[in-house]
Amino acid sequence: MNVSISNTSEKPIYQQLFEQISAQILKGELESGYCLPPIRQAAQELRVSVITVKKAWEELERCGLINTVTGKGCFVAEFSSDEMLRIRNEMILNQMEIDISYYKSFGLTLDEVIALLKKIY
Amino acid sequence: MLALDIRNVNKQYPSFQLKDISFQLEKGYIMGFIGANGAGKTTTIKSILNMIHTDSGEVHILGRNIAEYELELKQEIGCAFGGNDFYNRSKMKTLTDVIKKFYKNWNDETYANYLRRFKLDENKKIAELSTGMKVKYSLALALSHGAKLLVLDEPTSGLDPVARDDLLDIFQELVVDGEISILFSTHITSDLEKCADYITFIENGKIIASSEKDEFKESYRLLNGAESQLNQVKERLISYKINSFGFTGLIHSRDFEPTFDIKATIPSLEEFMIYFAKKEDTHV
Repeated sequence: MNVSISNTSEKPIYQQLFEQISAQILKGELESGYCLPPIRQAAQELRVSVITVKKAWEELERCGLINTVTGKGCFVAEFSSDEMLRIRNEMILNQMEIDISYYKSFGLTLDEVIALLKKIY
Repeated sequence: MLALDIRNVNKQYPSFQLKDISFQLEKGYIMGFIGANGAGKTTTIKSILNMIHTDSGEVHILGRNIAEYELELKQEIGCAFGGNDFYNRSKMKTLTDVIKKFYKNWNDETYANYLRRFKLDENKKIAELSTGMKVKYSLALALSHGAKLLVLDEPTSGLDPVARDDLLDIFQELVVDGEISILFSTHITSDLEKCADYITFIENGKIIASSEKDEFKESYRLLNGAESQLNQVKERLISYKINSFGFTGLIHSRDFEPTFDIKATIPSLEEFMIYFAKKEDTHV
C-alpha cells in the first residue's frame, strides 16, 4: 500500500487517505484479504492523528471496501466485478461533480466541455 | 474511559477569570490546547494539576478527583512547563537524583534513553542549557516515571523544527498503545494540524470550542469574496479584513449559506486563531 499525504492540500487528511486507498483497492493493487495496518500504528507512521485514520477506515468500511474483523484487523473486502464497477463509478461521479461546477463557473456548455476533454484525453 | 474530565471550573482573579471551564479528553488520545497569550491556558493547566485553588468545579483524572487523590494521581501525571526554571547552578544529574525519589515507578533506563535521544549531557549545569535543552530536560523527567497522562504547557516553544518534529514523533509513539493520553498547549498550530486528535480553544478565560480536530475546523468557514459582497454577510462574520483584492472573514458554519455565492474554505487552525484574535480587537 502506498499513501502520500499533503498537509497543505485543502482536502481533509482523512479524505486523502480514503481516496488513495480506495483507488488502490478498485484498481486491484490491493487484493481482497489484504490486511490494513492497525489504526494507531498507521497514525504514527503517517504522522497524522489517530482519529483521522479511524475516520478513513470507517469511510472505507461504509463503502464496502474493507471489512473489520474484531480482534484481528481490517481486511480488503471481496466483491464482484459488478460491485466494483458501481463503487468506481460512484467515486468518478463525485469527482466529476466538482470539476463540472468549475467548468460551469466559466459558462461552458456540455458540448464545449466534451470538445475540450477530447482534446486532452 | 476519560483520562481527563474538567467540569465547570471557575476561578476569579482581580483582573481575570476562568469562566465555567469544562472539557474532556478520552484515554489514548492527543489534545491540543490553543489560545492567545493571556487567554487562560496556563491557569487552566494549573487548576488541572491542583496548583491553584479554584473557586468551584471539579477535575477528575483517570476517574479520580485530583483534589482528593492528589498524591496518588501525581505519580501518574507527567508535566512540563515551557519556561521551566530549575535551580540553575546544579548539574542535571544532581537535580534528577532529587526529583526521581518522588516517583515510585521511576525508570532509570527510560530516562537514560531520553537523554540520549535528546542529546542531553547529564553533567551539564542547568544554567548552561539552551531554552530548547531545558524543555527537553523537563520532558525527559516527565516521561520517565510511567505517566499515564501528560500535561504539557508549551512543550514545543523554543525548540527548532527538527526537535519539534522529533517531539511529535515521541508523542505519537506514546499513544500507540492507547494507554497514555496527552494534553498540550501551544502557539505553534502546525504541530497540532499533524498529530492532535482533539482541539480545545480558550479565549478570555472561556472555552469557545472543544471537539475532534476536523469537526472543529469544519464548524468554521473562511470566506473570500469581493468587497461588494461583504454587506451580505458582514453581520454574521466573527471578524474580517479588507484589502484591494476583496475581503476575507471568518464565519461560523451554521451562519453560512451556500447561496451566498462566496468562496468558502475550511480555515487552518492558525487562520482560525488570527481571526478570532481580530474579533477581540474590534471590541476594544
